[in-house]
Amino acid sequence: MVRVENAGTRLGPAPAIEARRLVKWYGSQPALRGIDLVVAPGEVLALFGPNGAGKTTLLRILAGRARPTSGAVQIAGHSLDRDSDGVRRAIGVLGHGHQLYEALTARENLLFSAAMLGLDQPREHVSEVLARVGLEAASEARVRTFSSGMKRRLALAKVMLREPKVILLDEPYASLDLQATKLLEEFILAKKSGGAATILATHNLTMGFGVADRLAILRQGRLVFEGRREETSVEAFRSLFALYGELGAVE
Amino acid sequence: MIFVGHVMAIARKDLLAEWRNRESFTAMFYFAFLVLFLFNFALGADQALIRGASSGLLWLAFTFTSVLGLGRSVQGELENDCLEGLLLYPTQREAIYLGKLLGNFSVILVVELVILPLFAILYNMDLWSQIPKLLLIAVPGTLGFAAAGTLLSSMTAGLRAREAMLPFLLFPLTIPLILSAVKGTEVVLRGEPFELAMPWVKLIAAFDVVFLVTSLLTFEYLVEE
Repeated sequence: MVRVENAGTRLGPAPAIEARRLVKWYGSQPALRGIDLVVAPGEVLALFGPNGAGKTTLLRILAGRARPTSGAVQIAGHSLDRDSDGVRRAIGVLGHGHQLYEALTARENLLFSAAMLGLDQPREHVSEVLARVGLEAASEARVRTFSSGMKRRLALAKVMLREPKVILLDEPYASLDLQATKLLEEFILAKKSGGAATILATHNLTMGFGVADRLAILRQGRLVFEGRREETSVEAFRSLFALYGELGAVE
Repeated sequence: MIFVGHVMAIARKDLLAEWRNRESFTAMFYFAFLVLFLFNFALGADQALIRGASSGLLWLAFTFTSVLGLGRSVQGELENDCLEGLLLYPTQREAIYLGKLLGNFSVILVVELVILPLFAILYNMDLWSQIPKLLLIAVPGTLGFAAAGTLLSSMTAGLRAREAMLPFLLFPLTIPLILSAVKGTEVVLRGEPFELAMPWVKLIAAFDVVFLVTSLLTFEYLVEE
């Protein structure tokens, strides 16, 4: 069942995400040690790994927010080196920080996003996503007064404003209640059916398993496992993940 | 058009946040008031001494308060990873720089407009007739200072000692600009013909161009990893 593979020859549609021999060093500390990764349009890859495995670094590189020491990245056909603006246009990112301005209201935050994304009819779009994330009633309240769960919902609403071809989610379930978790899953699945590729970095095996087509484990900057979800069960994968966690601790 | 839209959106967002909090404005105004008030005591009633030192005092208040405002502006972007979010929008980095600059410049200018009457009252100066001439020096002087300050505050944003580093880098870089502004203001405050201040205004304008062009060319490299 365990399969460690590099992205090899591909058939079918051009990949939404393609990373080749990605290496990242922070000073003398290696963060990524040669990642090859291909995610097809409409595919959801759940990326697991212990703390410090390199998940956030990988997502930051794919989003164009960190420069790899070596290697190449293509996002929705845009090269990160040559067309970073095209990459930014194609992605939607939900990261660790919620990236919200606390002095502004929920609506003002989203209107700012809509202006930066150049959306037509921004007010209609904003009202629609506010309703989708269940924050319509709190739309005129300043974000400073929000609970962390509400901020997370609003951050998700910001991603919903975009029409991303690639979605990068870094621990998206943190601070989300059950209803918001369901909302996030619905969003991922809706985007998947619309052809968007998603990488979901999480520690939550059950949640990741629920939406993923493929599973991968990153440990010490290396992709040590990659396989399709139907090839394993949550329990078997949990054991596998624990094993890699142990190995990581020993090393 | 999209570029201008992004610039305006960023500036509007910054000004709205400042209007809501009034954190920068309050801190800047209080600091300026303190500087002018303390020097008012130190210089006493000697009008000749006051006239000699007034332009330097005014720009001391302007520049020190500006550094406070610039530091707070970048602090706002660091909270909750907002700067990261800003850089993830599909927009040119120059638009982000100009938007931040426009926001910073507007806040600093408003503080200066409040400081000017305060300065006139504390130092018993009849500035009202000189205000248009003073603005011809203060506006480009502030623009140049804000241009360099916006760039450097973004550059030092990731540093632990950013609050110390910003003035440490900004003041040496802008000394020629500040000196030109002080000399030009001195001409106006003495009531001399404005033509005598024109060489200083031209020098300030030249520094504005240098700071703006350099900042636009380098901002991307300073905010990207």
